[in-house]
Amino acid sequence: MSAETVNAARFTETAFVRRKQRNEVVAKAVFLLMTLAMVLPLLLIVGFLVYKAWPALSVGFFLDLPRNGMREGGIWPAFLGTIYLVVISLVLAAPIGVMAAIYLNEYAKESWFTRIIHLAVINLAGVPSIVHALFGLGAFVLFAGLGRSVLAASLTLAVMTLPVIIASTKEALSAVPVSFREACWNMGVSRWQTIWRIVLPNSISGVLTGVILQVSRAAGETAPIMFTGVVFYRAVEKGDLFAYGLLDQCMALAMHLYTISTQVPGVPEAVPFATAVALLSVVLLLNAISIGMRIYLRTCKKW
Amino acid sequence: MWLTMPLLHRPKWKVVGEGLVEWLIRICGVSAVIFVFAIFFFVFWEAKGILFGEDRLDLWKFLTSEEWYPASESNPRYGASALIAGTASVTVLSMLIAVPFGLGAALFISEFCGPRLKEVLKITIELLAAIPSVVWGFIGITIMNQLVMRIFGAPIGLTVLNGAIILALMSVPIIVSIGEDALKAVPDSYREAAIGLGVTRWQMLYRVLLPAAKNGLLAAVLLGVGRAIGETMAVLMCTGHAVNNPFNTTFPFLHPLDSVRTLPATIAAELGETAQGSQHYQVLFVIGLLLFTITFVVNMTADLVVKGIKGK
Amino acid sequence: MVAQPSKLNVDSLTVWYGDKQVLNGISFDIKPNEIFSVIGPAQSGKTTLLRVINRTIDFTPNARVRGLVEVDGEDVAHVKDIYGFRRRIGMVAPLPVGLPLSIYDNVAFAPRSFGLSKREELDELVERCLTQAALWDEVKDRLNTLGTKLSGGQQQRLTIARALSHQPEILCLDEFSIAIDPVTTMKIEDVLKELRQDMTIILVTNLIQQARRLADRTMFLLNGDLIEVDDTEKMFSGVARNPKTNAFVAGTFG
Repeated sequence: MSAETVNAARFTETAFVRRKQRNEVVAKAVFLLMTLAMVLPLLLIVGFLVYKAWPALSVGFFLDLPRNGMREGGIWPAFLGTIYLVVISLVLAAPIGVMAAIYLNEYAKESWFTRIIHLAVINLAGVPSIVHALFGLGAFVLFAGLGRSVLAASLTLAVMTLPVIIASTKEALSAVPVSFREACWNMGVSRWQTIWRIVLPNSISGVLTGVILQVSRAAGETAPIMFTGVVFYRAVEKGDLFAYGLLDQCMALAMHLYTISTQVPGVPEAVPFATAVALLSVVLLLNAISIGMRIYLRTCKKW
Repeated sequence: MWLTMPLLHRPKWKVVGEGLVEWLIRICGVSAVIFVFAIFFFVFWEAKGILFGEDRLDLWKFLTSEEWYPASESNPRYGASALIAGTASVTVLSMLIAVPFGLGAALFISEFCGPRLKEVLKITIELLAAIPSVVWGFIGITIMNQLVMRIFGAPIGLTVLNGAIILALMSVPIIVSIGEDALKAVPDSYREAAIGLGVTRWQMLYRVLLPAAKNGLLAAVLLGVGRAIGETMAVLMCTGHAVNNPFNTTFPFLHPLDSVRTLPATIAAELGETAQGSQHYQVLFVIGLLLFTITFVVNMTADLVVKGIKGK
Repeated sequence: MVAQPSKLNVDSLTVWYGDKQVLNGISFDIKPNEIFSVIGPAQSGKTTLLRVINRTIDFTPNARVRGLVEVDGEDVAHVKDIYGFRRRIGMVAPLPVGLPLSIYDNVAFAPRSFGLSKREELDELVERCLTQAALWDEVKDRLNTLGTKLSGGQQQRLTIARALSHQPEILCLDEFSIAIDPVTTMKIEDVLKELRQDMTIILVTNLIQQARRLADRTMFLLNGDLIEVDDTEKMFSGVARNPKTNAFVAGTFG
């Protein structure tokens, strides 16, 4: 047999080769279907929610007060309450979270102690939201004597979302090459100056992404705030931006959705759907901003 | 000196300020540890009366009895086993749905799709993870329960199955993203070596990738379980709110069309109605402690499993 | 010949990373304004030696250091102002690192961090450092572009300019030529010959010929052991005391 025939024979499609190739196509199709089975529901669900909510959705829905035992009107007090909770929890959690991440990434040496901190962050992220609610009730409402208030609820949310900020900030910091830090240390520039002048400016996008994710998480949570400061209903003036004091109770969008969809009878169908869409759009918008920012900033990296 | 520039010294206040900032950073660094301890401490503090006081809770009975009558005037009974069974049933069923889909999607994203599609899918999954649990609960009571009733002919839609489907949709993003990380951690040289030997991608997958990434994938599943056990609002709204043990000795052992109530849902539903410091109130904190412990163990295990791969 | 005080004195220096010993009790000294080269195959502890001298070894978690390192008779392990001390040692890493700042800010970064803020002084300093590093003519018209956008050879010279910006007494170069082309290498070598009038230079190099061209004295390290330290001429003329040195410089191993 000449060499050519041998080579030709080697690349013929035998039954074995065909079966192998078919298996691969099947595998790919199966995994694709599995992926679609997760992605499609998202689209279908969001589409359905918007479709059902359409009759009630308008700009006025956001700005109007709930009327007639929350069966009519809008979501202004709940919307405003969510903004309060989110902003205050952000102000509390962001500095602590960012500094904790700086400690973990820049200062902590590999040791049993660092390992414990790492485990604590993981566990803090894994604590069920209802346990955070119990903690908030025990620590902030009762022990610290804040009562059920905007501040107590925000503190609870801050503790709950802290690991989100720590994890994403740490990731952003560790993306800055070590060689930059070494170059600074070699010049006798101090650790903090290195962080402040080189590391932080070059990871700020990642830090902000994490902060936005924290905001989105805080906006959507219900369980941690339901016993620490958020109530079913609280009367406020229409368009009043300063309706809640730090020690007042408030309404929140997520809690409002829970209330009108399970606790209040006789709510017209479109209203809870519209509330769900409002909450969903707030959260998804924040996430979209964070994703968009990440993609944009990836394109204008300095090194 | 070869330069005539005077020797420079940083201003004193800058040096001192820097020291202060570094101390602040160290304190924040341990904040996570402090908070984990604080969570345990405060939940424990509110529950301590009934754990160690005069009228002590019988822990054995608490864990094994199915009689949950906390509001009874004459004879309140706190048996949480039906609640534990409820939590277990929803968790198990949701994982049965979520794990194959989650791992399948992780494999697809990591091994089978092009970079553009990959980006799109990852973003979608990130968005899926962002949907608040109360919105999932709302979807459960409005859409999913109708589907469950129609497809399975159930008289009521708010069942274990309904909750499990919603929970599955909620835990899938975690499983996908962590599973994908685990697959990404397998060095490309393994893949290239396998391809070089002429095997198909499918063979490479179960001979090379799965063994190499199995710890990471297991951790992904565990974190999904942790999420499912602790989930509150969605399950509270979706599972029908009946204290009931869906497990049974007869086939199929788990009745997916029963209504149940889970541990977190019980706290969320009843805490608002109890007087602060009452027995019932304290028992709810005991449940909180139980949940904290379970998720703590699950998360630690997941971390140890992940560390297993890094150690190699 | 009058006994000169040594600029750097190292006495039985031993370093471990965890359980692994990377320097085994080495002793030598370097005189002021000397070009002192350190040669040896990879993994022989050359970089570690530099990291001990400017104490960036502190940042390696599991490193342990024994022995004495003195700069101008001052024990390095016990300096009070560590940042001020590091400023006395210039360090150039093997791979060029342009900080993600403008070229100007790259050079002005260290002086600024020590409190130099007058614009004219900074301008003068930046120009002088860049000139000394043989980079000024190439970048003087674009001082505001990012340092990371320069070519590899330019970035390496930028790194040298940065190391000069804090007026070191000792300049350490760690295999500075591994990432750059021969022409740039020759340029930098000329620069070093100029700089030796102002400072002591420690040149860790993987190019034996480079050590031969530049150094007054040469030290040969092998697996953390000091094999030999002597005048460069002796080391390279094949009459070194230790046969390993002769073999290494002849290229038969390493």
